[in-house]
Amino acid sequence: MEVTAGGGDVAAEVPVFCQTEEHSHAGGGSTLLGFWIYLMSDCLLFAALFATYGVLGGSYAGGPSPRELFELPLVAVNTTMLLLSSITYGFAMLATYKGRVHATQGWLVVTALFGLAFVGIELYEFAHMIHDGATPQRSAFLSAFFTLVSTHGLHVTVGLIWMGTLMVQVGRRGLIAENVRRLACLSMFWHFLDVIWIGVFTFVYLGGMLR
Amino acid sequence: MSNPLHEHHATGESSAAASHGSLRSYLTGFILSVFLTAIPFWLVMSGVLDSKIATEVAITTFAIVQITVHMVYFLHMNTRSEDGWSIMALMFTLILVVIALVGSLWIIYHLNANMMPGGDMSQMP
Repeated sequence: MEVTAGGGDVAAEVPVFCQTEEHSHAGGGSTLLGFWIYLMSDCLLFAALFATYGVLGGSYAGGPSPRELFELPLVAVNTTMLLLSSITYGFAMLATYKGRVHATQGWLVVTALFGLAFVGIELYEFAHMIHDGATPQRSAFLSAFFTLVSTHGLHVTVGLIWMGTLMVQVGRRGLIAENVRRLACLSMFWHFLDVIWIGVFTFVYLGGMLR
Repeated sequence: MSNPLHEHHATGESSAAASHGSLRSYLTGFILSVFLTAIPFWLVMSGVLDSKIATEVAITTFAIVQITVHMVYFLHMNTRSEDGWSIMALMFTLILVVIALVGSLWIIYHLNANMMPGGDMSQMP
């Protein structure tokens, strides 16, 4: 921007306060940061649910306590499933950045199977608890427990649907820039859910056994 | 005039490319996570530590370390990605999370302690 001192015609002296010519942005250049900020807001949602569980986790109302309900071997298997799905999604991303379509699809299938196993085991656990009379209505502890754990499970389910959609997308259009970006977003989502699960198994299940 | 902007974009792209992670970093993160998961489960299931408080402190420490491991090796968090905005958002979120968790537990604990049923409320200050 040149500053013309004095003289000149009036039109040339109109002051410019902003850059009128937008510099070009590559499409989706800020998507990953935007998605990261979404994940941070999701983190606040889980913080509220963890705080609720922390406050209400000891209010059994004469109902069953965590010690009577939780089966740690089952939780350990569940944790293993989610951790394995995290590393296999990592392998899928490595294949994606190398442009290998079949390897990407293969690792996504393995990841989805581990994810399905996780959701399946969780539903089995819930069904078992509800069958024994430990329903969300039974006590404040159980309301908080079901809200927190099933919100996480719902996120995993949505992640699985998203994964299926992306498998179709990659199958039809290959690893184009848009699909790589979408896979990178789902990668963040999936690893983020594993981070939340660390909090769940530590404070809800392991902490519950210590109460 | 537009040169600095172009340079800025170039560095932004190269730092994004650098944060993809490698097979080595994923495997390192995975092996660390296996141990950081197995040890707290073993601590609680076997009850090796006599005191509950000590066990709680131990499993909380393992959880914090494992969350950090996941952030670094799986989510490729570093101070440079997205020109530092990722870590900025993370720090802000962590502050809010700590306020929400510590604040709720602290306040409700005191409410519970002061409103125990059967307590003689007339003696309350």
